[in-house]
Amino acid sequence: MTQQPIVELSGVSKNYGQFTALHATDLEIGEGEFVTLLGPSGCGKTTTLRLIAGFEFPDTGAIGIAGKDVTAAPPYHRPVNTVFQDYALFPHMTVAENIGYGLSVKAHRLSAGERTERVREALEMVGLETMEHRMPGALSGGQRQRVAMARAIVRRPKLLLLDEPLSALDVKLREGMQVELKRLHRELGITFLMVTHDQAEALALSDRIVVMDQGRIAQIGRPFDLYDNPKTPYVADFIGATNLVPATYVRREGAFDLVALAGGLVLRRLARDTDPAYARNQPLVAGIRPERVQASAAGDANAMATRVVETLFQGDRMRLELLPEGERKSVFADIPRTGVNRAAISPGQAFQVFVDPADVMLFEAGKAP
Amino acid sequence: MTVTRRSLKAFVALFSLPFTWAIVFMVVPYLVMISISFWSRQFPLFVPDFQFGNFIQLFSDPQYTTVILRTLKIALLVMAGAILLGYPLAYFLVFTVTSTRWRNLLYMSVIVPLWVSYLLRAYTWKIILGTNGALNSLMVSTGLISEPLSIFLYNQASMVITLVYIFIPFMVMPLVTVLDNIPKALIEASEDLGVGPFMTFWKVIFPLSLGGLVAGATMTFCLSFGDFVAPVLVGGPDGTMVANLLQSQFGAALNWPLGSALATLVLVLVLIVLRLSSRFDRAGHVSLA
Repeated sequence: MTQQPIVELSGVSKNYGQFTALHATDLEIGEGEFVTLLGPSGCGKTTTLRLIAGFEFPDTGAIGIAGKDVTAAPPYHRPVNTVFQDYALFPHMTVAENIGYGLSVKAHRLSAGERTERVREALEMVGLETMEHRMPGALSGGQRQRVAMARAIVRRPKLLLLDEPLSALDVKLREGMQVELKRLHRELGITFLMVTHDQAEALALSDRIVVMDQGRIAQIGRPFDLYDNPKTPYVADFIGATNLVPATYVRREGAFDLVALAGGLVLRRLARDTDPAYARNQPLVAGIRPERVQASAAGDANAMATRVVETLFQGDRMRLELLPEGERKSVFADIPRTGVNRAAISPGQAFQVFVDPADVMLFEAGKAP
Repeated sequence: MTVTRRSLKAFVALFSLPFTWAIVFMVVPYLVMISISFWSRQFPLFVPDFQFGNFIQLFSDPQYTTVILRTLKIALLVMAGAILLGYPLAYFLVFTVTSTRWRNLLYMSVIVPLWVSYLLRAYTWKIILGTNGALNSLMVSTGLISEPLSIFLYNQASMVITLVYIFIPFMVMPLVTVLDNIPKALIEASEDLGVGPFMTFWKVIFPLSLGGLVAGATMTFCLSFGDFVAPVLVGGPDGTMVANLLQSQFGAALNWPLGSALATLVLVLVLIVLRLSSRFDRAGHVSLA
């Protein structure tokens, strides 16, 4: 990250009674970035967002926004605006009043004409020009979400916080709003920090993703880095799905590491520079993404003899539940429809699959899920 | 409304009792009251008639207009007092007390007095404000005054104090309910948009609490408007209110037509207040969904 950080958390932690919502955490977010905090509920992502917004105050550590220490500053003194999960629109104000609300305060004193202009601009930005006199109660979910966006950006904050902004929308609308969010981010040039539990949303929108787990940052990286090089089985399974199988290290063979699965099947893995040094018989966890399992051999792929347990039709592809020979736990494979003769796959049948050595991931055991 | 044959029986069984009750004990008495208000008095009794003399007397005789205006004034003061004391209390309970246990305890302590006899609660203030009462003892013992004063009791101020004390739960209850229903995210949103706590109160919390405020104001106003115990216990010579006047018309003065006219007037006044409050309430009503 070369840009100047707009948000800096150093050693920030937060407890609620006995429960530690956030362990001491460091995080830097660069100017203009779109960063996503991703994780299941209770992982500390919302707490982090609320600490930055100023709705909660940290027990330890310091928070800096745009180079200023705001650790003890109330929300109304922070150059930050939030899009709330349930929008939190003021029910007794019209759309225009909602959007103009933040422009009426002293620090933001504008002439009436300027205010109307800014509100109109924001309405245009989110495509609600004709709705300014409506009450929030008379709007659809998608429209409310747009009003919430407009209200948050109209003050031109240094940082826009989005708390699960799309979670209350139905699937179709959500996909449309994802495109909108990306467009707004590009047009406004504001730093976006979004909280979500939806990995697809995070992958689609973010410059960087912060994966969180039980109050800690599990890994930070660009979407494809996280997808290609997850550091832990947890991240591997949360960003996309991953088959995780216990394995033991056998030995190095040329460019490959050999690992044995419990049932005796030996997999070859293309070694990477970043790999730690493994010891013989060291317990490991092997990870294979379902979409990297192939139906036909290519090059020096690992071959796996399996038996089909179940088939799930998913439109463009087939999801197969397969039991590798000698294994007790089944694995999943997503096979493109064009790649297989559908009639040839039915439960109980033998089915050979292949995995490229570069697609085998290895994790040290102990970090197992 | 259409009632099918089959449900007619069930309908009658379910509603005949409450309907009969309402008609026999509420509608009929009101009609009787209104019709008697047009009767005329012929000493020592009264005869059926249709004339407006009773109403004219109510509006022209200062003896009655004074009492009606005084009752209005006291009811308004009680309402205002209940708002000024009840609103901060309700706000404190909802937004300042973070522990649920403490909040419930404090809320109950506001409500529990309702379980104590009304008369007892009114009488308490006689003991507090009286010449040999708690207030005087305190002030004498602290040296604030040298002799007990008799100015605290038997005036309109003591009536207002007593009535505010008695009826304040009816202000606090609806206010706590509406304040508690305001999503905390709205307050956070306001502060997030750069608006400090004071303006957040005026622009978000207060407008959204108007429903409860109107309900509480209506109840405290109507209840104190018809009160007749406080005037007797702590009111003194210039404390007579409409309800006391009514009582005497049907009792000692034995002038039912005039009493009925007065009761009809009170009924109309209260209906106007209710009508105003429901309109005001609707104007401030918004869905919090």
